Amino acid sequence: MPATSSWMIRASLAYLVAGFTIGGLLLAEKGVSFWPQAWRLLPLHAEILITGWLVQLALGVAFWIMPRLRGGQRGDLQLSKAAAAAYNLGILTSLAALWFQVPAALAAGRVLEAGGAAFFLITIWSRVRTIQR
Amino acid sequence: MPLIVRTFLKTALLYFVAALLLNIAIALQRAGVSFPPRLDPVYIHLVTVGWISQLIIGVAVWMFPKYSKDQPRGPEWVNWTIYALLNAGLLLRVISEPAAASGGGEVWGVLLLASALLQWCAGVLFAVTAWRRVRLR
Repeated sequence: MPATSSWMIRASLAYLVAGFTIGGLLLAEKGVSFWPQAWRLLPLHAEILITGWLVQLALGVAFWIMPRLRGGQRGDLQLSKAAAAAYNLGILTSLAALWFQVPAALAAGRVLEAGGAAFFLITIWSRVRTIQR
Repeated sequence: MPLIVRTFLKTALLYFVAALLLNIAIALQRAGVSFPPRLDPVYIHLVTVGWISQLIIGVAVWMFPKYSKDQPRGPEWVNWTIYALLNAGLLLRVISEPAAASGGGEVWGVLLLASALLQWCAGVLFAVTAWRRVRLR
């Protein structure tokens, strides 16, 4: 498994634990009220599990299992690492912005996420192809 | 395809259909037909936990790099425990969340707490076992 995929999948597993922890707190709060302020975490719960867990896992696995380029390469590894870094920085920035309610920081986080996704698209685009046997 | 993987994937497909059926109930509810309250969060979690996450877990158990030569998918009992915890927790939520919102008594609130704990344990257990299988070659 290439380093980019390994990092992205492990990051997604970490987000899974974080997201399930917040989700568990919210569900428990719904059942037995003990911390009403926990509901401030709801937007973070959604961001962590959708962007950090589901989407990032899909990206990491895609980079691992998509057909390789001629010569067995997976494309520009440096660019893929930059994509993963930008995407995760975007998630963390967005999470901080959601918590502290700073709209400008949220926009910056979204730009980083979109930039990471765009870098990823450039890296993987030519690997989405029919394999001639 | 191993039994545990087939079980994860087929259960995920059942949740997908169940979620879409529940979505019909939500639409009818908005049209004035009487259904229990708080179906929206149940629907969202049937899709995201029961369908998508469970499908991912099943495929990961199947396709991630081998845990070891003797146990390619890791200890089988761990995978079955993840399956049991995740589905017991989710089913408990499906039943107890609308019941708690309908004012069915404190017991439903306690069951929601148990549902949260079961699903959290499933998520953590999966993350820990999958973490070991994700490695550089």
